[in-house]
Amino acid sequence: MIQVDTLSKSFTLHNQGGSVIPVLSGASFSVARGECVALTGESGAGKSTVMRILYGNYIAQGGSVRIDDVILTEAEPRAVLALRRETLGYVSQFLRVVPRVPTLEVVAEPLLSLGMPEAAAFERARELLTRLRIPQTLWSLSPSTFSGGEQQRVNIARGFAHRYPVLLLDEPTASLDPLNRETVLELIEEAKAGGVAIVGIFHDTGTRDRVADREIDVSAFAPARP
Amino acid sequence: MTPLLDVRDLTKRYGARIGCADVSFTLYPGEVLGIVGESGSGKSTLLNCLAGHQPPDGGSVIFDTRTEGPRDVLGMPEPERRMLGRTDWAFVHQNARDGLRMRISAGGNVGERLMAVGARHYGDIRERSIDWLDRVEIAADRVDDRPAAFSGGMQQRLQIARNLVTGPRLIFMDEPTGGLDVSVQARLLDMIRGLVRRMGLSAIVVTHDLAVVRLLADRLMVMKDGHVIESGLTDQVLDDPQAPYTQLLVSSVLQV
Repeated sequence: MIQVDTLSKSFTLHNQGGSVIPVLSGASFSVARGECVALTGESGAGKSTVMRILYGNYIAQGGSVRIDDVILTEAEPRAVLALRRETLGYVSQFLRVVPRVPTLEVVAEPLLSLGMPEAAAFERARELLTRLRIPQTLWSLSPSTFSGGEQQRVNIARGFAHRYPVLLLDEPTASLDPLNRETVLELIEEAKAGGVAIVGIFHDTGTRDRVADREIDVSAFAPARP
Repeated sequence: MTPLLDVRDLTKRYGARIGCADVSFTLYPGEVLGIVGESGSGKSTLLNCLAGHQPPDGGSVIFDTRTEGPRDVLGMPEPERRMLGRTDWAFVHQNARDGLRMRISAGGNVGERLMAVGARHYGDIRERSIDWLDRVEIAADRVDDRPAAFSGGMQQRLQIARNLVTGPRLIFMDEPTGGLDVSVQARLLDMIRGLVRRMGLSAIVVTHDLAVVRLLADRLMVMKDGHVIESGLTDQVLDDPQAPYTQLLVSSVLQV
């Protein structure tokens, strides 16, 4: 489902003397349906950079990324948007929402943008919020005032609302208590069983050992330092 | 899919100075395009040329009309273009006063657009006006008030209602949240987002506010000195800007 071939990435800081920071070089790997791959490597090794390139959020300087049948690294913005709508889900570490939008709508939004009728979309959103133990009294409020753990669970509910064939998970269990962590692990396991290809960053080794089939050490993609 | 709008090499000069130069892009149904840049970068000139408010010096603007398919807007006779401006297109001005008639009632402002496209039945017009005022969160008991008695945020919402009542397919917005309090901005942005999604509208939004485009726009064009210097997915351009000017722009935003 995911095919990464000799990917390279560097940042050019034009306003800081044009310094070039190489981050990745010759990164190649693939992820099959129903497989969960954990990206590892110390902080700053480029795990998040790989995730962002896989989502089309960062531009790669060389190499290619194919997701399903779309070559992401060459795709028009319109094609990337369609891919994100239908195929490629991303649970980021932090929730970024429009102010004032109620939690229930935040979670249902990916489904509404796919054209699902409101009743069905909100039903699915309620189901996930219940499962992730977000109290019903909060559903009509904007998540911007929620605690870190609550925001993260809203973010996860949103990421799992539509059954994306490819999921990117950035620290999905970082600030969760054991009970909610267990629920998220179950969601990941269900997704895998349903054939979803998953790439994740899991700092918690217990989580990683349980859901990841394979580990990819991103520091292996570090460019040779002069 | 046929693009709704196909713009090629659009250029506008003011004497020796460049307004905008060689701007090309396509906009598909349901897409929201943001245009950012500092004052004087040519973004408003571009918007005005696209919407037919200013004649460009060169280039083409092809719009996929409802009845006749793709047509070159610039080559259209003036009455036809004005009709397009009242039916398929909408234009939301930064200053609501430029887009509203301040001496007639709120209901009249919305109803006037309907009458311009041939609505004649008073009861229907009033009913649809009230329905639209409700959609933009203006209470029905304000329908007979003049916009001068409204707050800035309400005037802006009234302007949007006036523009959307005829069911346009393309909406041009020039700094739609400029000059409004942040709390009012958030409410307006949320409303615009909802309307765009429910009506399947395409929109071109000009702003200098990067937070506004992040929330509203699917795609982004960055302008400087009349040229488009960078374009792409909104989050990609903002999170991984390539051009020196875009990097400066993004890094200059104050963090709250």
